[in-house]
Amino acid sequence: MQENYDVAIVGAGPAGISAACVLAGKGIKTIVVERGEYPGAKNISGGVLYGHDLAAIIPDFVEKKCPVERNIIESRLWFLSKSGGYSLSFRDRAFYEKQAFNAFTVGRARFDRWFAEQARAKGALVVCSTVVTDLLRDSNNRVIGVTTDRPEGDLKARVVVLADGINSPLAAKTGFRPEPKPSHIALAVKEVIELPEEIINERFNTETGHGVTIEIIGEITQGMDGIAVIYTNKNSLSVCIGANLSDFMESKVKPYEMLEEFKQHPLVAPLIKDGQAKEYMAHWIAEGGYEAIPQLCGDGYLIAGDSGMLFNALHREGSNMAMTSGRFAAETIAEALDKGDFSRKTLAGYVARLQNSYVIKDLKKYRRFNAFRLQHHELFTTLPRLGSFAAQQMLTVDGVPKKEKQKAICKKFRKEISWGSLIRLLWTGWRSVK
Amino acid sequence: MTAKVEDKLFLNRFRVDENPHIRIIEGNVCMEKCENQPCLYFCPANVYRLEKDRISVAYEGCLECGSCRIGCPNLNIEWRFPTGGYGISHKFG
Repeated sequence: MQENYDVAIVGAGPAGISAACVLAGKGIKTIVVERGEYPGAKNISGGVLYGHDLAAIIPDFVEKKCPVERNIIESRLWFLSKSGGYSLSFRDRAFYEKQAFNAFTVGRARFDRWFAEQARAKGALVVCSTVVTDLLRDSNNRVIGVTTDRPEGDLKARVVVLADGINSPLAAKTGFRPEPKPSHIALAVKEVIELPEEIINERFNTETGHGVTIEIIGEITQGMDGIAVIYTNKNSLSVCIGANLSDFMESKVKPYEMLEEFKQHPLVAPLIKDGQAKEYMAHWIAEGGYEAIPQLCGDGYLIAGDSGMLFNALHREGSNMAMTSGRFAAETIAEALDKGDFSRKTLAGYVARLQNSYVIKDLKKYRRFNAFRLQHHELFTTLPRLGSFAAQQMLTVDGVPKKEKQKAICKKFRKEISWGSLIRLLWTGWRSVK
Repeated sequence: MTAKVEDKLFLNRFRVDENPHIRIIEGNVCMEKCENQPCLYFCPANVYRLEKDRISVAYEGCLECGSCRIGCPNLNIEWRFPTGGYGISHKFG
C-alpha cells in the first residue's frame, strides 16, 4: 500500500464514496479506506436516501440497479402517549409518478456496496478491512496522508477527505474535530424485522415497490428527548428508536428495553405482528445542528458528511448532505490539484460551496432546534399525555355533556401545564424552525 | 419478538477481535468515584456489567456506537475501532 495518491478518503459511506466517484470520474488517483469487511458493514441509517443528491453523482442510478427497497410515497407523523396517540399522514401520486425516487429506503449493507462498486468502476481504489489509525503530517503540521492498521500501512496523499462518520476515534485522537458533546448526539437502536412483502403492502396500504415512513415522538422515549421511526423495506421493516445521549446518561433507561416497549405500543404492535427480528444495531445521530459543525477544512484535509455533523435533525436528512458534501469536497479538491495548492485557504472553497447550498442554509435555519427540544421535555411527557387524554375524553360516548368534558380537559391542562409555558413552548418552537 | 439483549445480539454477525478494543482505564474509578455508573444502562449491547468488585467489559458484543467513550462521566473508557474487518458486520444495515 505504500504508494502515493492524489486523494485518500477515510470511510466508504455516502460521503466518502460520493467524493470518490467524482474524483475518480475526473481521472484523479483516489483511494478509499474502509474499516468494515465490505462497504456498509459498519453503516446504518434509518434507511432513507434521496434521489436528488444521488443523481448528481450517479444520474442513471435506477438503470444501474441501485438496490432500492421501496420508493417512499407517504410520510406519517405520530404523536404518541403510552396507550395511544395521534397520526397524520401525507401521500401524493407525484411521489410515484413524476417525482419517483425523491426518497427511498435502502439497506445500507447492500447500498453502500453497490455505491462503492460505482466508484470502483470509475477507477477509485476501495480498500476494506483497514482502520485509519492516525493522520500523517509534515513539519508544518499539514496533513499529508494517513496511517492504517495494516503492516507498512502508511498512505501518502495530497489531500485527505475525512468521511469517517459521526463516531470517530480518529477525531478523538488527532483532534481534527472535537469529540461531540453527549447533548449533541442521539443514540439510536434499530431492529430489522422481516415480514412477507404482501403483508407489508396490506398493513401499510401500498402497492409493491411503494413505501411509507413513520416518524414518531411522544411518551415512547420515556421522558427523554428522542424519536422513533418505522420505515418499510421490500420484505422487512426498519424499527428504530433513540434519544439524546445526555438524557440516556441520566435516565437509566436501557435502549433495548425502550425498543421492546415501543414494539408493544398499540399503534406499532399490529404493524410488526408475526415478524421475525433479523438484525439489531446501534448508531449515533448527529443532532447538534449548526452550532456543532466543526471547522470543515484545514491544510491538506476536508471533513464531509456525518463526521462534519452535517445532519438536519428536524427533517431526518443526513445521507443527502453526506453525498452532496462529498461531491463538493471532490470538486474543491479538483480545483486545488489544478492549482497545486492544498492549503486551508484553497480548500475553503469547499465551505463556500456548502454555504451556498441547501446544506448549510438548512442547518442554519434550524440552528436553535436542538436546544429547543432539550429545554422542552414536556414534548415527550406531559403534552402527548394531555393530548391523548383530550381526544380520548371527546371520543368517549358516555352521556356526559361535551361542555363538561371540555371543562375537565381545560382543568387538567391548567393543572399540568400553565398557559404561559404552553405559549412559550409554541413561540420558542416556532423560532427554532422558522 | 426477541426481548432480551442477548437474543438480539445473537441475530448479528460478529467476527471477534482477540485483542479487546475497549478498556476501562482505571478500574477503581468505576467503583469508588462513579456514583451513577450510567454505562450499565445506556450501552445498547449491555457490554458493561457490574461484578462484585468491578465492572466487566464484554467487548465481543459491542455494536460500535461509541457512546461509552463520551458518555462515561469520568472519561474512563479507552475505546478504539476493532482491527480492520473485525467486530460487527451488518447484514442489512
